[in-house]
Amino acid sequence: MRISKALGTALLLLGLTAGPAAADDDPTAASAPAAAGTSFRTAAEIGQGQTATAEGSAGDYLYWSFPADAGQRPTVRATVKLPKAHAAETWQLDVYDGLRRRQACQWGAQTRTAAADAGSVELACVLRTVRAWSEPWANDPLPGTYYVRLTAVGLPTGDLGLPVGAEVRVDAEDMGGAAAVDGRLAEPLVPGSATASAASDQEDTSAVLSSIEPEDGWASGWWSDRWVWTAVGGLLAALAGIGGYALTRGSGRPSRVPPSA
Amino acid sequence: MLTAGLAWPSTALADETTARQPKVNLVLDVSGSMRARDIDGQSRMAAAKQAFNEVLDATPEDVQLGIRTLGANYPGDDQKRGCRDTAQLYPVGPLDRTEAKAAVATLVPTGWTPIGPALLKAADDLDGGTGSKRIVLISDGEDTCAPLDPCEVAREIAAKGIGLTIDTLGLVPNTRMRQQLSCIAEATGGTYTSVEHTDELTDRVNQLVDRAADPVVTPVATEGGTECAEAPTLESGLYTDREEFGQERWYRVDVRPGQELRASVSVSADREVSPGYGVLLRAVTVHGREIVRGEAAGHGRTDVISTGLRYPKPETDDEDAPAEAVCLKVTTSFSPAPGVKTTPGLPLELTLDVVDGPSDADDVAAFGLGRGWWLLGALILAGFLAGLLWGWVSRWRIAVWRTN
Repeated sequence: MRISKALGTALLLLGLTAGPAAADDDPTAASAPAAAGTSFRTAAEIGQGQTATAEGSAGDYLYWSFPADAGQRPTVRATVKLPKAHAAETWQLDVYDGLRRRQACQWGAQTRTAAADAGSVELACVLRTVRAWSEPWANDPLPGTYYVRLTAVGLPTGDLGLPVGAEVRVDAEDMGGAAAVDGRLAEPLVPGSATASAASDQEDTSAVLSSIEPEDGWASGWWSDRWVWTAVGGLLAALAGIGGYALTRGSGRPSRVPPSA
Repeated sequence: MLTAGLAWPSTALADETTARQPKVNLVLDVSGSMRARDIDGQSRMAAAKQAFNEVLDATPEDVQLGIRTLGANYPGDDQKRGCRDTAQLYPVGPLDRTEAKAAVATLVPTGWTPIGPALLKAADDLDGGTGSKRIVLISDGEDTCAPLDPCEVAREIAAKGIGLTIDTLGLVPNTRMRQQLSCIAEATGGTYTSVEHTDELTDRVNQLVDRAADPVVTPVATEGGTECAEAPTLESGLYTDREEFGQERWYRVDVRPGQELRASVSVSADREVSPGYGVLLRAVTVHGREIVRGEAAGHGRTDVISTGLRYPKPETDDEDAPAEAVCLKVTTSFSPAPGVKTTPGLPLELTLDVVDGPSDADDVAAFGLGRGWWLLGALILAGFLAGLLWGWVSRWRIAVWRTN
């Protein structure tokens, strides 16, 4: 038992150190945007681990976009700061993938009603693990751009247009080789990637639909802790093989055989 | 001659840059009610002037800014004349801050609130150019020029021009005004803000002008067919269209073997619709067989409902294999709320990406790698059994050798 534990720890350590660097938690790495977009087209781009802020009005639809790579399980957290006096308001956080398909939240308070005059409301959405590949008929989260939409879904007319503040942060947990699947997308689901590559030949690329990517680039798809598991498994199998051989074969040559034979 | 030859390209370049510059038209209500002194102890007019001065100072260089007034000139009681009262205070173009400020300073609260006609004229002011266009409407009262509904006017304007957004700000608003101004904003994908303080007004207008200066991809207008055969063939890009309630829209995309089609469609609810709605995007072959579909349904308040699909076309050995025409069909299940005009259709945004290389199985899981304690156990057991077998075989061989 102790051996298996020690082995597990060693494996995990090896997997962790050899695996790709986890999402950088340093919020000062790049300046987080202080405004949000108002549509998919104008969504403000944020990196993982950044806290983006925005000022808006109750009733606005606020959009952000962030990159998520295969094997990650993103968590989107949003805090809405409400004005001093207001009625009960229902706020909602929706996440869409690069194809603008709505993505389900595994857990987290995606919709929440703030009581009258409450100072703020906090929302969260834990997405499913991003898979490297899925069949075209499936709705699984795939590597690429993700959109966050924050809005009030239940708003009395009297509260329309009141100033609100919003804070959004995306973090991702690395799920490792457990989430590896049989396949890989040729290109991450980044909207406008076909036109962006054509336009990059020209000098003036004024605007693209989405220009974000993870800090260390999109995963090439060849690394996974499965290499470590399989290699260690092979090693142990070899050791067990030697053990088994020694057991049946006995130690060294049979004692009755003369050394000169 | 040489100078002319040298100068010509740079002028052309300048023209092109000017054409792409974002345009903002600030539309200010100068009706009689702006005299009310209820914003930070000063009159609404004074607050607006102060905010305008600060906004003019902060306007980015590349934004072409104009100012239009409504209700600034006719103080009488004749509705017909009052409702024509809108004037261009400062033309949309490169900003001369001193002149613009001087023009704003002359304003005196006077007449009616003809929001609809002012919006129509403001949209005309923004004509031309390919950059983004934004109207910022600042008003302190609801439209007084019925039966022309400013909300419908806004929708017509949005349907005419590409990328034109109307943002509205209500000064010390009441319920009806909130409804009307937010209806105007939602009709064009804009935002509505209530303003009670001068600094709120300044901050918001500044934010809106800055937002106009942000470069965005301008969609290309297209018109989908009623069936696949009549549908326009589109390439990768961003497109807009209008789809009426109950209509279906068809588009065609050519996909070569080894390419992957990615399409997403968003349909905006730019007017009051029934709470349940949905959108369906189907990719079908020219013979009508469905390849893949994307569907979405929603309930309650929304700006847009969207879905998408992916169609990787497998590679073939035949190098000259022709591209396949894939038909995309968009239908929605929006239904208009009672009394809402159904024309023009709902705005539709279509993103098309035809990327190279279909998805293929070349990741680690496909190399036959595994993980987990069961895998280790199985490998150890198999190794041990193999060792046993090997030892037993070699023992048996020695025994055979000895007997011989």
